[in-house]
Amino acid sequence: MSNVPPELQYTKTHEWVRTLADGTVEIGITDHAQQALGDLVFVEVPEGGRTVAVGEPSAVVESVKAASDVYSPIAGEVTLGNPALAAEPEAVNNDPYGKGWLMRLRPTKGAATAELMSAADYLKLLQTEAA
Amino acid sequence: MAFIPHTPADVEAMLSAIGVSSIEQLFDEIPASLRVKSLDGVPVGLNEMQIGRLMSERARADGRPLCFIGAGAYEHHIPSAVWAITTRGEFYSAYTPYQAEASQGTLQLIYEYQSMMASLTAMDVSNASLYDGASAVAEASLMAVRANRKSKSLRVLVPRAVNPLYRRVAVATAGNQGLRFEDVPYSPDSGVTPVDALKKYEGEDITALVIQQPNFFGQLEDVDALTDWAHARGIFVIAVVNPTSLALLRPPGEWGSNGKGADIVVGDGQPLGVPLSSGGPYFGFMTTRMEYVRQMPGRIVGRTVDLSGRDGFTLTLQAREQHIRRAKATSNICTNQGLLVTAATIYMSLMGPAGLERTAAASHSRARELVVALTAVKGVRRAFAGPFFHESVLLFDRPVAPILTSLAGQGILGGLDLAELYPELGYALLVCATETKTQSDINSYVTALGEAVQAVRAA
Repeated sequence: MSNVPPELQYTKTHEWVRTLADGTVEIGITDHAQQALGDLVFVEVPEGGRTVAVGEPSAVVESVKAASDVYSPIAGEVTLGNPALAAEPEAVNNDPYGKGWLMRLRPTKGAATAELMSAADYLKLLQTEAA
Repeated sequence: MAFIPHTPADVEAMLSAIGVSSIEQLFDEIPASLRVKSLDGVPVGLNEMQIGRLMSERARADGRPLCFIGAGAYEHHIPSAVWAITTRGEFYSAYTPYQAEASQGTLQLIYEYQSMMASLTAMDVSNASLYDGASAVAEASLMAVRANRKSKSLRVLVPRAVNPLYRRVAVATAGNQGLRFEDVPYSPDSGVTPVDALKKYEGEDITALVIQQPNFFGQLEDVDALTDWAHARGIFVIAVVNPTSLALLRPPGEWGSNGKGADIVVGDGQPLGVPLSSGGPYFGFMTTRMEYVRQMPGRIVGRTVDLSGRDGFTLTLQAREQHIRRAKATSNICTNQGLLVTAATIYMSLMGPAGLERTAAASHSRARELVVALTAVKGVRRAFAGPFFHESVLLFDRPVAPILTSLAGQGILGGLDLAELYPELGYALLVCATETKTQSDINSYVTALGEAVQAVRAA
């Protein structure tokens, strides 16, 4: 069973969101998502300064079999794309909630966000999808 | 004879399996207004005997004219071995085969081709080829939009000295995807793109600058200055080059004063062993730097080892191709030209770097001799000063079209009349000579031109 840390929020498209102390958010893909994709060989993260809308493809994770978009669950301005992933894409596989984060962004005030789920709801979604 | 393997019973079985009553019904999704009811001007079918005879007659009508037309397709000597080997059964297919890895020979050939093109252009990586030079410019522009992440404008500067047909195809292909192709004028004195002409774009968001070397007029651009200008402003450089010329000219991978070079290199591979053949098929090539390889369209063959540690070849980076990434693929409109790439690879192998250099040098010499000889004819002069590779623009004191008609009557294709493409040049003719032209051929042209010019009244 995949790891779903209780303190994070989740999307239906298998991204996770962590709110940082300075009000910015960190976004990555879930353990379930990295398992489904298989070994990643390349990760493309957005450049700092880019503005992204809710649901906009903002990063690309590529395994030997497929290249998949990662959608931003929140509108805002990218403060940083994880620079370590260019040399070490496998961090997303090995540590999806830690070193494998994809981007950080400063949410646009008052902007809509995608429907975010609690860890418990996300676990239920995974169980439904598996059934 | 119908070359369809399915019997009416097979078709019936397949249709009923998917619950459709007729083949026609499969096309219901296309609105009636977009359907072509009949093909006007397309004659009824002919049988093999009739079509064979018609084509032989047409081929005879072509004759064997002495050709001084370049303008993007160049007549070079092709060693007999090139097509003798290319048409062997093992190679004789237009595509990379399905289950590509089962065809190691084909993959190895493409790998060798990629290595040669990367070396010729001084870039890191080549794809397995594209459709032709024009579509390669369109693909390079789309790729620049993906790869140049500093630019959001989708604006691509295309000097007017770039092959105008390439521009037209780029607009047709990428124009509907939001790309804007903007003209940059050429100097009326030198026929090249002056850096000053780019000044008006200072401070604007531009995605890419296309630089053709040699340019459509055959003139040599100041590629270092243009590359430096673009790179200083975060603008991608798309180099469009003639592969033969690279045996003499500095490769685009080394353009610019810091030697950083072009970002994407494209061109038409026709000069490498592909006959003129009434305009095609040819093939396009594309090379780039490793950092942009994931944005490069088309397929790439890689070298690897199998489970036993033996060398092998495989399609690589397929995750970005359309059979996996569908609508989000790097391209859904490109194709490679396997058979023509086979010919080009064998051509380059047989010529070697020294042979290619001799071909390029001889072409340059013949073209210079041609220009000297033709400009000795009264009423003919060069349009532009400055160095050229193997073609050049000549100006006449009277209309070019009737002169060309007169030359054609003597079995000479005298060049490309630029009246439609560049009306501002006046009576201008683009002429080309390669290593295939002898001194006696040039003499024949000069004599015929003297008579033709006399016959056409001066304007």
